[in-house]
Amino acid sequence: MKYLEEFRDAKGVQGLLAEIRRLVTRPWNLMEVCGGQTHSIIRNGIDQLLPQEIRLIHGPGCPVCVTPLVAIDKALAIASLPNVTFCSFGDMLRVPGSDKDLFRVKSEGGDIRIVYSPLDALKIAQENPERQVVFFAIGFETTAPANAMAVDLAKKRGIKNFSVLVSHVLVPPAIAAIMSSPVNRVQAFLAAGHVCSVMGFWEYPPLAERFHVPIVITGFEPLDVLAGILAAVRQLENGEARVENAYSRVVNFEGNLPAQALLKQVFTIEDRAWRGIGNIPQSGWKLSPAYREYDAETRFSVGEIHTVESPLCHSGEVLQGVIQPTECPAFGRQCTPRTPLGATMVSSEGACAAYYNYGRFAPVSITTAEEPACAT
Amino acid sequence: MSTVEIDLENWSCPLPLRDYPRVVLGHGGGGQLSAELIENIFLPAFRNAELLTLADSTVLNVPPGRLAFSTDSYVVNPLFFPGGSIGELAVHGTVNDLAMSGARPLYLSAAFILEEGLEIKLLAAIVERMARAAREANVHIVTGDTKVVEKGKADGCFITTAGIGILPEGPFPAPFRAQPGDIVLVSGTLGDHGMTIMSVREGLDFQTTLETDSAPLYDLVAAMMRVSTEIHVLRDPTRGGAASSLNEIAAASKVGIQLEETAVPVRPQVSAACELLGMDPIYVANEGKLIAIVAPQDAAAVLAVMKAHPLGKNSAKIGQITSQHPGMVVAKTSIGATRILPMQIGEQLPRIC
Amino acid sequence: MCLAIPGQVKEIFEQNGLRMGRVDFGGITKEVCLAYLPEIAIGDYTIVHVGFAISKIDEESALETLNTFREMGLFEEEFGVEPAPVETRH
Repeated sequence: MKYLEEFRDAKGVQGLLAEIRRLVTRPWNLMEVCGGQTHSIIRNGIDQLLPQEIRLIHGPGCPVCVTPLVAIDKALAIASLPNVTFCSFGDMLRVPGSDKDLFRVKSEGGDIRIVYSPLDALKIAQENPERQVVFFAIGFETTAPANAMAVDLAKKRGIKNFSVLVSHVLVPPAIAAIMSSPVNRVQAFLAAGHVCSVMGFWEYPPLAERFHVPIVITGFEPLDVLAGILAAVRQLENGEARVENAYSRVVNFEGNLPAQALLKQVFTIEDRAWRGIGNIPQSGWKLSPAYREYDAETRFSVGEIHTVESPLCHSGEVLQGVIQPTECPAFGRQCTPRTPLGATMVSSEGACAAYYNYGRFAPVSITTAEEPACAT
Repeated sequence: MSTVEIDLENWSCPLPLRDYPRVVLGHGGGGQLSAELIENIFLPAFRNAELLTLADSTVLNVPPGRLAFSTDSYVVNPLFFPGGSIGELAVHGTVNDLAMSGARPLYLSAAFILEEGLEIKLLAAIVERMARAAREANVHIVTGDTKVVEKGKADGCFITTAGIGILPEGPFPAPFRAQPGDIVLVSGTLGDHGMTIMSVREGLDFQTTLETDSAPLYDLVAAMMRVSTEIHVLRDPTRGGAASSLNEIAAASKVGIQLEETAVPVRPQVSAACELLGMDPIYVANEGKLIAIVAPQDAAAVLAVMKAHPLGKNSAKIGQITSQHPGMVVAKTSIGATRILPMQIGEQLPRIC
Repeated sequence: MCLAIPGQVKEIFEQNGLRMGRVDFGGITKEVCLAYLPEIAIGDYTIVHVGFAISKIDEESALETLNTFREMGLFEEEFGVEPAPVETRH
């Protein structure tokens, strides 16, 4: 595919790696904020190719993983109602709530549908006027414009049987929270390219300045990720702390203005709990008063559900790079990919899940049939 | 079929099928309506000497050798999709399971669970496609059964087939026989079937020219076995895709498997659909592909035969068996690093992240 | 955090007053909402996330990035615009 294949070139990867190796003189901790970048790093094995000095901390940027337990429990309660058709992105179905997940609710008779887009959920609502159709509107700033559009269209078209369960999270407050932590180890950020395609990066210069931390807008293909790392390392080695755009084919400073305008109209900022991390002030979006009638929480009276997360889970510290997954007392015992307690074990790219899978064997060196491993 | 006794010679005045454009409960009741379904739909399509006895059980002549026996149920939704239907799957799936033991498929049974309200013409089309698939695979459908359940208690049509095949004395391919040094071959592009089904799933649909790869594989297997007696494992990577099959082989044989990711053949449309939905082609289902694990000295000859066969044109060597990391499947990525391909916990879901 | 992939706009139309389009992703196409990109035209490339075009790909920037890599001596050979391999996964 155009604009994908070119940025996966193996020779280019080697060249960028050589440049990074040439520049690096001491250890650096970089955080890739976005779960999509973590996916690319694990999927391609980018972390294994980096010089040892560079440590990648997988940040809290997987929307599925950081959706707070209380939101999942509300979703489970709504999805269990007999007149509700509950629509969700596919990867939310396996995320555990307090005692079950959406798959289990489905097996108990809940009408749960996987959709690709919130507009698909809106379509289901229009086609089934006798059902209450609820969309689980999770995600970061990238997904929010889609959810905002669905709600706005429902309002404009007078679709009364559609509502959204909103749990949106925002990146800049999370960066500020991580940098403000007394145990913070992050020295540079690879900022999430697709979040910035919507929001631009005008929010970042004050953060870079306030915390004296390089922030590099980074894409998702191997060359993009490595270009982001190279830019961050170059700044760190030079003692700089700027905002830099390494994903300029997709991201510009202003971002998508029509999308930002609708976001401002449909949502208002509130404090938000992040799964495994805790409350981050002003880090979430909820529906603004003009759209409250489309809020599934009030329509189905689940506002009173309060859930406390497992005290066993240390995923917040893992997400901040303070501890290794294996240092968590629940790791591999109460907490496994089949029975995850926290964000980092929920997703297959989460740091804990990755360690769990990798921990089963020592790193291998792959040899080919033509080149048998040397016996000496 | 075994539960219904009718006298074809004295068959008279059947209720015309058009009186019932849809399946009603009575079609599974064992009475006239059941008989009518058999007479008008199943017999004309499947017609063969063994079936026509219409006894409670069919007595079969079996050539010398050992029997392979397999069964599988088919519940695909939608029932029809680009390039095929549940009918072809119900035949190909079971004959391929037989072929993966090196057995030549001979006979199938077919049991239908129909949902009240299924259009008769849809059922007729499914049965017609089954019959055609059976002819192409050189098997006879020799016994069967039909039940009808109330509307809402099934999803249109479920089919269970069981199959019998025959194989000669001597070692045969089995999941526990992979040995370090063996070569991993695949008979073509991966993920075609699974992504075709995705393309017509409500809520995820997209437009593509992609079609299912559903096909009977025994002919290909026979050609491979003619050039090698050292085909240690054969597997058709259906649900869970190649990664799941390879994990099962790694566990059963207590060996490691190393893949070259760039050598794995994948159609551009399948790649694109996987990018769109956040899926991995190596975990996506196939219905007309096989994985062969072959002794190194025979690998080139087997691969050549596969490539020469119409169902194996895109065959490729994708990896090898190793004594390292037993029980695990590891892939060398396109940029030269490694990644683990773990067994998935459930089905692969579309991602947003 | 957000899976979004590049595709080319093949068709633009209105659906219930909403600006929609058909976007080609290397052999598969999907209906995509274009409301957030009022300027985008047929033939342009866009990044799509959950059925919404969120950003127009700046072809000049893309070429510039690739050129920078090239000047660093990263690539052995010149890139074609379309992907080369047909039946092989990358």
